[in-house]
Amino acid sequence: MGNEIRAQKIPAWVTPPRRGSAWSLFVEDHPVLVFTLPAVVVVFILMVFPVFYTVYMSLHSWFASSLTGPEFIGLQNFKRAFTQDERFRNAIWLTLYFTVLATALQLVLGVSLALLLNRPFRGKGFFRSIFLLPMVATPVAIALVWMMMYNPTLGVMNYLVGLVGLGPYTWVSDVHLVIPALAVVDTWEWTPLITLITLAGLATLPLEPYESALIDGATPAQMFWRITLPLLRPTIMVALLFRSIDCLKTFDIIYVMTAGGPGFASETLNVYTFQVGLFYFHIGYACSLLVILFALVLGVSLILIKVRRGSW
Amino acid sequence: MKRSRSGESPWTYILLAVILVPFLFPLFWMFLSSLKSQVENTAFPPVWIFKPTLNNYREVFIRNPFFTFTWNSLVVAAGSTGLALVLGLPGAYAIARFKRTGIALAILTARMAPGIGYLIPWFILFTKMRMIDTYLALILTHLIVALPLVLWVMIGFFEDVPGELIEAARIDGCSNFAAFLRVALPLVKPGIVATAILSFIFSWNNFLFSLIIAGFKTRTLPIAVYNFLSYEEINWGGLTAAATVITLPVLILSLFIQKHIVRGLTFGALKG
Repeated sequence: MGNEIRAQKIPAWVTPPRRGSAWSLFVEDHPVLVFTLPAVVVVFILMVFPVFYTVYMSLHSWFASSLTGPEFIGLQNFKRAFTQDERFRNAIWLTLYFTVLATALQLVLGVSLALLLNRPFRGKGFFRSIFLLPMVATPVAIALVWMMMYNPTLGVMNYLVGLVGLGPYTWVSDVHLVIPALAVVDTWEWTPLITLITLAGLATLPLEPYESALIDGATPAQMFWRITLPLLRPTIMVALLFRSIDCLKTFDIIYVMTAGGPGFASETLNVYTFQVGLFYFHIGYACSLLVILFALVLGVSLILIKVRRGSW
Repeated sequence: MKRSRSGESPWTYILLAVILVPFLFPLFWMFLSSLKSQVENTAFPPVWIFKPTLNNYREVFIRNPFFTFTWNSLVVAAGSTGLALVLGLPGAYAIARFKRTGIALAILTARMAPGIGYLIPWFILFTKMRMIDTYLALILTHLIVALPLVLWVMIGFFEDVPGELIEAARIDGCSNFAAFLRVALPLVKPGIVATAILSFIFSWNNFLFSLIIAGFKTRTLPIAVYNFLSYEEINWGGLTAAATVITLPVLILSLFIQKHIVRGLTFGALKG
């Protein structure tokens, strides 16, 4: 019965392969090769070439503006970054500071909102649509609006915090406030993602543990800490993985809003690398910074994947 | 964790409103400011009630070649999305059907690498080939985002196609290619539409690649708005009008694919 219904879905005009053509026979014999080759070749050219180029260049000294070619200097670029470059150390620290602050904020906020919203209500689809607008909105436009809201003399943020008796602050113009202020923008942008991911995770939770917990007389708080949170852990860890990778690489909003300033107070590794490579054209050094940035992203990912698999 | 229907009380809706307000406020403020005059925009405390004007929009389009920028953005987004689909759909199908997850994992690593890592080598190569400020160079760099996205999101959709359907077609004498083109593709049509819209949005929003690769001729909207920002820091009406023009199409497009956005943003890892 089931097979008959399924068979009907196949269009009648589907024709058998032409046995004579060498090409169609080749496709029959090597479907994976033929189907994936175009994508794999293009990915290889677009992405693998830059990786080799970056690693190669990281061992050289070369200014794109100079007439001479790259000069091999071994690991000198890395040595310079770790031992002499104050701006690099500052950038590493700011990258980690921004990432930890932003991910922690959006994780706590996102999961709490999901728990609050995990109840039946009408218009769930409408709510979702509105809620995901921050993450699809164009980052340049977001950065621009927040710059305006953060304006020290005329911005609406000082007006709003003034209503509760705080401020005025200079926000992104303040050396100490700039990273938290940028983390707030990132949190505004990405909390909805965490909430939606967590809501999807909550929808798949089994009912049985809660039923037996109820029978055993567990309090709601106990159920949350002992059942909901452990069951949600895999979902939350995936969300955390994606957010921390992206936070480490955040570029658009930082570059547009502060370009790394005031001074170097918000110059994360990504922004610093951009300046070294595409502003000073010091390609060799920029490439070694890129290798370090990629190692940082990879390291954080591996730690998170390990934490996800093992016990917490 | 299911709760009883009694959860649907007025409090639920008050709670929803309280949660939505801060997430909507910046977008609302952007739109509101774009309708204000310069005097109203520089008033403190901020003006909430005023007579709306479209002057800012008129000015943005008259004083800047905004139609050209929009056209450039469209060409690059459509070009990179189309190319990514043509290259990525057969690949995603084969990876899902023949379970070649090794290839897929290698491509996921590309998601982790910082964009500047791709940008610097391509910038140097394109400069040598005199391809800076061409549509082709922009489309190729945007493909760095679009192709892995299409592959990963579509693998998930192709995995949902029942294997028996493909088997049945094969038994009826369908070639591998015909089974892909005439059986699998029509079944994942909603997935293709969602993926195409996502890829379009990613390209439309792209700042970093266009900032370096686009020049005077191919300047896309985000770069135009960014330049606008450095020239007229205080003309907030004009700036927010430009920001609204660039954001509105994306917001509208996203409403069509709200079910698939989480899947797209996590590269298919979570179906949301």
